[in-house]
Amino acid sequence: MTAALLPRFAAGTLPRLRQPSVLPGFGLTLGFTLLYLSAVVLVPLGALVAKAAGLGISDFAALATDPRTLAALRLSFLAALAAASINAVFGVLVAWVLVRYDFPLRRVVDAVIDLPFALPTAVAGIALTALYAPNGWVGQYLAPLGLKIAYTPLGVVAALTFVGLPFVVRTVEPVLRDLDRDVEEAAATLGASRRQTVFRVVLPALLPSILTGFALALARAVGEYGSVIFIAGNIPYVSEIAPLLIVIRLEEYDYAAATALAAEMLGIAFLMLLTINLIQAVGRRRLGRHA
Amino acid sequence: MDISIRRLRKEFDRYPALHGVSLDIASGELLALLGPSGSGKTTLLRLIAGLEFPTSGAVFFGAEDASQKSVRERNVGFVFQHYALFRHMSVADNIAFGLRVRDRATRPPEDVIRRRAAELLELVQLPQIGNRFPHQLSGGQRQRVALARALAIEPQVLLLDEPFGALDAKVRKELRRWLRELHERTGHTTVFVTHDQEEAMEMSDRVVVMGQGRIEQVGAPDEIYDRPASAFVHGFIGDSSALSVTVDRGEVFLGRRSLGPLAAGLPDGPARMLLRPHDLELTAQSAGAIAGRIAAVRRHGGARMIELEVGDKGERLEVAVPASTPICPEPVQAFRPLRWQIYPAG
Repeated sequence: MTAALLPRFAAGTLPRLRQPSVLPGFGLTLGFTLLYLSAVVLVPLGALVAKAAGLGISDFAALATDPRTLAALRLSFLAALAAASINAVFGVLVAWVLVRYDFPLRRVVDAVIDLPFALPTAVAGIALTALYAPNGWVGQYLAPLGLKIAYTPLGVVAALTFVGLPFVVRTVEPVLRDLDRDVEEAAATLGASRRQTVFRVVLPALLPSILTGFALALARAVGEYGSVIFIAGNIPYVSEIAPLLIVIRLEEYDYAAATALAAEMLGIAFLMLLTINLIQAVGRRRLGRHA
Repeated sequence: MDISIRRLRKEFDRYPALHGVSLDIASGELLALLGPSGSGKTTLLRLIAGLEFPTSGAVFFGAEDASQKSVRERNVGFVFQHYALFRHMSVADNIAFGLRVRDRATRPPEDVIRRRAAELLELVQLPQIGNRFPHQLSGGQRQRVALARALAIEPQVLLLDEPFGALDAKVRKELRRWLRELHERTGHTTVFVTHDQEEAMEMSDRVVVMGQGRIEQVGAPDEIYDRPASAFVHGFIGDSSALSVTVDRGEVFLGRRSLGPLAAGLPDGPARMLLRPHDLELTAQSAGAIAGRIAAVRRHGGARMIELEVGDKGERLEVAVPASTPICPEPVQAFRPLRWQIYPAG
């Protein structure tokens, strides 16, 4: 019927934006999504890119390769990667304990996980500094060992680990809870030890969610400002993070340098998240749609 | 490998799921655990596998007490109702898993493992799908892969939990026949759980009927059907209707009418008489017959099913007569019981 009514549109010639679907409201929801995404994300970021583009290539290159800028970027991204990696390991452990074991105060522990979300990051930064300063509760025992955390890049990693933990725990937890017990039982009947079951069966099944949590923690850590500036000491070339350097440039009325650094951060962050998404897409293709 | 189950008891949070069950399974036998949900059949299967530990009692594999062995030491092939395939592994890797996790001393070389996986895929008649992932397979294919995976470890015993429960009727029927043939070829001692009596009757050498955590009867399918040991088994297996009767010195009374001395040796008092629809015959005589008013007539395959309202309590009795039987205009008909079972009430 339809084909007869629309004889001029042979298959493939009509641009088909939407597939027929039983779910109504495709046009409306897509339109709203695009508008919302534009207003909230794309316009501010676009303005940033436009501003950076206005600099001219040689100016931009000079600003972008400034040694202090490069040092700050390196610290920001390496510390964020380290923190997200630490969280990927221990966040899974925390999620495992929360899902698999019942112990007194489990609900309290569960609630504590989310505190880094709720706490003003400056408060977290000050608390961490108080702990890790050479005369702090923890710092005074580490200082004799020659281990300095506050006012060093290690302090940056500590603060970023703190703010990123909930992301991994909260993305892994529901997947772990839904993981069928019979898959683990199957591994056991086939002769796998508990360790083999965890590493060959459970963790691979959790991998997509661990990656998601890792990406979220990484993104958060790259942009983190409040908690880090207190503990980092902010020594140029050593413990100065890129977001702080942007603020410093702004305070110096050096908008060009601030813009160039911001655009650089944006580019690197985008590439990293894109890479993680691609890895996940490959995994999804192997595991089917419900992975 | 023959299996001996001795007074096995299992409680979950003080609630008994299995009350001291004993059972002997012969080597190479195909045994069905049949019962309604909550009868303890899956619990019994999981206890044999070692996925649960008994509250008391023991399981022997041959002469060896397996009760103290963990599930990984028991070397049982277990097929789960929902297959429990590892979805991040290809089909071939799923099947090879049990061999790859062995420690270095007993693990076959990689090329042997790969050949073995291919052979097993051949055995379950899915030779071309080794590189696919579980989500790309149909339910029946997944079930066969799960079976191949269980067979890969050369198990002493094969245990299947509702193996066809999640499949549609046609696939289920094919797989049943196929599994029966596979069993005859490989000769594993096999125990499977089902709530489908047709499945149990068709496939197994012996059927264990379970109800409420106890074994009600163990026997060959014919025996279970023809000589049910209790009213529960009679009611659960096949179609049957029950009539409330009274026994008085071996004579059975339906209401005030005597049906004859049918219950020799049974204690006096109220009893239940169970009859299968095919075990009644239309008769013109009223002596020793069950008479009633025809309440409904339905066509059921090659037979005609008559629902007979009997006695003043309005109990319904189902009778099957050949479809060619003319239905008399008279609403009251008498039927002579050919085979029946009478069990004391309560």
